[in-house]
Amino acid sequence: MSHFVLWSGIATVVVTSTIGDVLQSRAMKEIGDLGLVRQEHGLWGVMRRVAANGRFTIGLGFMAIGFFSLLITLSWGDVSIVGPASASLTFIANALAARLYLKERVDHRRWMAAMFVAAGVFLLAR
Amino acid sequence: MTIRKYIILVAVMFFAACGDVSLARGMRVFGPVTLATLPHLLTVLLNPWIVLGVLLLIGFFASYLSALSFADLTYVLPATSVSYILMVVLARFFLHEHVTIWRWLGVLLIVTGVGFVATGPEATPGAHRHNRTEPQYEPVAELAEVVEAGNEA
Repeated sequence: MSHFVLWSGIATVVVTSTIGDVLQSRAMKEIGDLGLVRQEHGLWGVMRRVAANGRFTIGLGFMAIGFFSLLITLSWGDVSIVGPASASLTFIANALAARLYLKERVDHRRWMAAMFVAAGVFLLAR
Repeated sequence: MTIRKYIILVAVMFFAACGDVSLARGMRVFGPVTLATLPHLLTVLLNPWIVLGVLLLIGFFASYLSALSFADLTYVLPATSVSYILMVVLARFFLHEHVTIWRWLGVLLIVTGVGFVATGPEATPGAHRHNRTEPQYEPVAELAEVVEAGNEA
């Protein structure tokens, strides 16, 4: 399998996983603190609100696509490349997407945290 | 940050690490998945370690969603990456796997990364529904009328 195809697979894993993560985060931001929602509407109310949120459902779909893309990409190349590259790049992509789409205040501390954790995960997964 | 929120973050780390280790323990019994063994893959669901792993990962997903409901994604992901460290420790002492010096270095980098977010705020002001400032006295005109009526009475 050529390098181009392998890295296209890794890019697909990173992009779909990141879309899944940010959509789920956006859904939870909209629903609000689940502890407070449970106090007000009970556990059934929490489950109903989460399941009825469109962004949550689409996010779950993207997470599933990300998972199966990872399985397919793992069959194309060495796990020592695919595993660390996709895990650590997803951390960086999440920080970028959270800044741009979720409008989170990603200050230098959070960027440093994302970089260090991405590097650490890379070493753990290789 | 309240105690309840810290407990939820610790639950994310605990469920993620123990869930993955439990699945790994169960899959050792099954052996490597190949095209020949693929049809028998569903039999792993009878393994108690796999059942425990699936239950723990359901717990992980519930606590992860709960954490995202009060904290930013860029806070939750690094803060809960402590689960990777717990996973390495469990792999070393429970599964008796060999952990290389590079993996311990990875653990050190993650600890440093977590240290960066641990001291900062967990949420961007106004990003979550419960901490948005909503107008408390919207019908100001009505309130003025009530006060005026009260004064006249």
